[in-house]
Amino acid sequence: MNTLRHLLHDLDRGHTSAAHLTEATLQAIHAQNPHLNAYITVDDEGARAQALQADQDRANGQAGPLCGVPIAVKDIILTRGLRTTAASRMLANFIPPYDATVVERLRQAGAVIIGKASCDAFAMGSSNEHSAFGPVQNPAAPGCIPGGSSGGSAAAVAAHLCAAALGTDTGGSIRQPASHCGIVGLKPTYGRVSRFGVVAFASSLDQVGPMARTTWDAARLLEVIAGFDPRDSTSSNQPTEPWAQRVAQTTPDDLRGRRVGVPRQYFTDGIQPEVEAAVRAAIDHLQRAGAHIIDIDLPHTPHAVAAYYLLCTAEASSNLARYDGMRYGHRADDADDLHDTYARSRAQGFGAEVKRRIILGTYALSTGYYDAYYLRAQKVRTLIRQDFERAFQQVDLIATPTAPTTAFPFGAHQTDPLSMYLSDIFTISCNLAGLPGLSLPCGQDKQARPIGLQLLAPWFHEGDLLAAAAAYEQLRDA
Amino acid sequence: MTQHDAWEIVIGLEVHAQLKTDSKIFSRESTAFGAEPNQHVNEVCAGLPGVLPVLNKRAVELAMRAGFALGCDVHRDSRFDRKNYFYPDLPKGYQISQLFHPICTGGAVTYVLDGEERTCRLTRIHMEEDAGKSTHRGDASLVDLNRAGIPLIEIVSEPELRSPAEAAAYLKALRNLLRALNVCDGNMEQGSFRCDANVSVRRPGEPLGTRAELKNINSFRFIQRAIEYEANRQIDLIESGGAVVQETRLYNSDTGRTASMRSKEEAHDYRYFPDPDLPPLRIDEAWYNATRDSLPELPHQRRQRYQRDLGLSLYDADNLTAAPPLSDYFEAVLALFSENPKNTANWILNTLLAHTPNPDAEPPPIPPQHLADLLRLIHAGDLNHQLARQVFDLMLTTHRDPTTIIDAEGLRPVRDTAGLEALIHTIIDENPAQVAQYREGKDKLFSFFMGQLMKKTQGKADANLARDTMTRLLKGE
Repeated sequence: MNTLRHLLHDLDRGHTSAAHLTEATLQAIHAQNPHLNAYITVDDEGARAQALQADQDRANGQAGPLCGVPIAVKDIILTRGLRTTAASRMLANFIPPYDATVVERLRQAGAVIIGKASCDAFAMGSSNEHSAFGPVQNPAAPGCIPGGSSGGSAAAVAAHLCAAALGTDTGGSIRQPASHCGIVGLKPTYGRVSRFGVVAFASSLDQVGPMARTTWDAARLLEVIAGFDPRDSTSSNQPTEPWAQRVAQTTPDDLRGRRVGVPRQYFTDGIQPEVEAAVRAAIDHLQRAGAHIIDIDLPHTPHAVAAYYLLCTAEASSNLARYDGMRYGHRADDADDLHDTYARSRAQGFGAEVKRRIILGTYALSTGYYDAYYLRAQKVRTLIRQDFERAFQQVDLIATPTAPTTAFPFGAHQTDPLSMYLSDIFTISCNLAGLPGLSLPCGQDKQARPIGLQLLAPWFHEGDLLAAAAAYEQLRDA
Repeated sequence: MTQHDAWEIVIGLEVHAQLKTDSKIFSRESTAFGAEPNQHVNEVCAGLPGVLPVLNKRAVELAMRAGFALGCDVHRDSRFDRKNYFYPDLPKGYQISQLFHPICTGGAVTYVLDGEERTCRLTRIHMEEDAGKSTHRGDASLVDLNRAGIPLIEIVSEPELRSPAEAAAYLKALRNLLRALNVCDGNMEQGSFRCDANVSVRRPGEPLGTRAELKNINSFRFIQRAIEYEANRQIDLIESGGAVVQETRLYNSDTGRTASMRSKEEAHDYRYFPDPDLPPLRIDEAWYNATRDSLPELPHQRRQRYQRDLGLSLYDADNLTAAPPLSDYFEAVLALFSENPKNTANWILNTLLAHTPNPDAEPPPIPPQHLADLLRLIHAGDLNHQLARQVFDLMLTTHRDPTTIIDAEGLRPVRDTAGLEALIHTIIDENPAQVAQYREGKDKLFSFFMGQLMKKTQGKADANLARDTMTRLLKGE
């Protein structure tokens, strides 16, 4: 399948139809998904109906910005009438009565929602091994994890089983799988995209964002989903921009004079040498194009993982309390009384990783521990944000590796959850600070596993982020 | 008072008042009372995955209004926090409330007790959402989420109340104030005004004793009984060598007793933390000032004005301002007829109130204009007391205005001097002995002659004219 941009071009010129495109996509999914497992639910009928509507709209001159292109939606984003499982047993049969705001906006833009992409249950994980529907294969690195938690979205994009996909990013869940699968993934500024209708993991960190095969594709998808939503009190009224147009007009020359910060703290001992080499090579590319490379300090980076895992688990412990077996979701049928119903429903409905995080978060908020854990972590969060505020007085962008390693084999971190948490080390500061961040491919290791370059920009500077990524894309592919 | 006079009862009250908004505090769902179970429930009230709260501006305004009226520090910056616990009628598994930074702190409730005005200070007022309602029937428990998300303010007093009667006076004054402000309808049966009581006992001068929290008290009568029972229970316990334990106790209105619900050890750890779905609440200065400046005259201010400007007693002024319908009625009558307000107050409190079935909820059954007309006629001497009572009784039954009644029933006072003279002469002729005694100085007999005259005129004689004429003729002039 072509890029989203090319698909729109072909559709606009009548070289193909949404119906044809949808049929071809469904065929590819049914051929590959049994092995890849990127989708939990494929909406054949719904997609066909949306495609017919899209073709009609286009014929009537009412083609929206995504008219007729197949889009995958991460399965923690609610789709009205279409099962939304959060990749958990808890919601295995949950059919939402309403659309998330981002899904509403996809529909208004004419997108064909082709199916629901797998992920780690409740978006908790970095490998996609924590899906109740089985692990997702990495199409770009056979035998390896696709990354997580938006691993199904990344795999579907990388395997051309959709034009682009929506993911969510709480601590790197868009950027890290994008890096591992060799695609572009963008986490917008906190508040840029509505969270209404997105199963909450950690409310102060979660953001929905685009995952695509090119920067332009990601920019177009962002245009559709971004913007103020009166149903989300944390959504921002910062105006959206014609990002795709800016990307289309970008040339490598735009990098001239750009100040790119390279934080010392992001090139540490645990980093895979090939990753460091590829990222440094990418930074050299930027420099040769005229960017000023500046070494910077983000001194509180070493505390980010600890602060993040206290805050996200604390919020999660509260956010996941609603899954109690009372109104919807899994309910134990072997319980004796109310307390037993809670205990068994949750014990059966949640997987090990979700339980681990609920317990951690409950502990962090408990009387006597709140100040030492939750409050202190909030203070660290403030310090990390201040690190970035200072850095962005010096530089326009920050360049780092997205993940310390390339995709690892299944089971590599099975016995030591903490080592898995450390794989988020380069992505979580961005969430703690609320910044926009993007990952795009910048090379491969010896085993041909993709490597990701992460770019960070100041709050609400998605335009600069996308333009820099587009410029690098051209340099890389030249 | 308890039978144990050597003990002092210490009471602090927590009142949950439902704010009078059309929609819920964090969603657009209706707050209407009385619907079939679970009819006013949208995805937000049901706590579906992915839903987010959006704060109802009107609820904030009403909370501000209450805060200003109670003399609180109303904070332009406050925050919402999550109170986490599991219960089937709590859909999200947490209640959105304000622990760390409530909208109001300080303030006081002013009330009248034993013929004097008192105040009890407030600790705080915060906003929160209500939970749903659970009903238990045999083996089954039913949950109605219509209430879930209804906006509440919780008004927390300092432990400054010293008797069950004082607690009741505080509650009545608070409820009256919130109703006068149109902040809360004060309906206790429908649960829009609920009270928990913290009760402890001590010997005067000693530090505070261990308290028990009484829940589930839904009437003024029960609050007094519950506190009284609980205080006596604690005193008996201590006097028999035991100790009060900190716990939550449920009041049972059937038995009049309180029973332990959960001990301190079993108390929930609510794991409060700031709700990340709601940014800090910031009230802009214009809104803050406009709300503060739009307060109506408050019941205790009105009461003080009645004493100061109208010369009413504290007792009468307090009774007149005890409920918004009555208070507003008195104001309406005063606006139409401002002479002799004391007489107006008397008519309302001593006569009209007896014919007002529910003065707490409804105004008296006679339109203010009709009462004002009656009072004006009395004041002008166009009706004597007896006639006025007759007209009043007909106003109640016929709903007509006094002038119409007077015309229709011929209830005008007799002002015909010649006619009165003729009647008085007849009386003098009929009662020679009494006349003789009167003329010898037995002045008290004057009222006997007036009584005779009123009998003959069926009470219609103009009082002043009759008195003058009677005096003149009895003296033999």
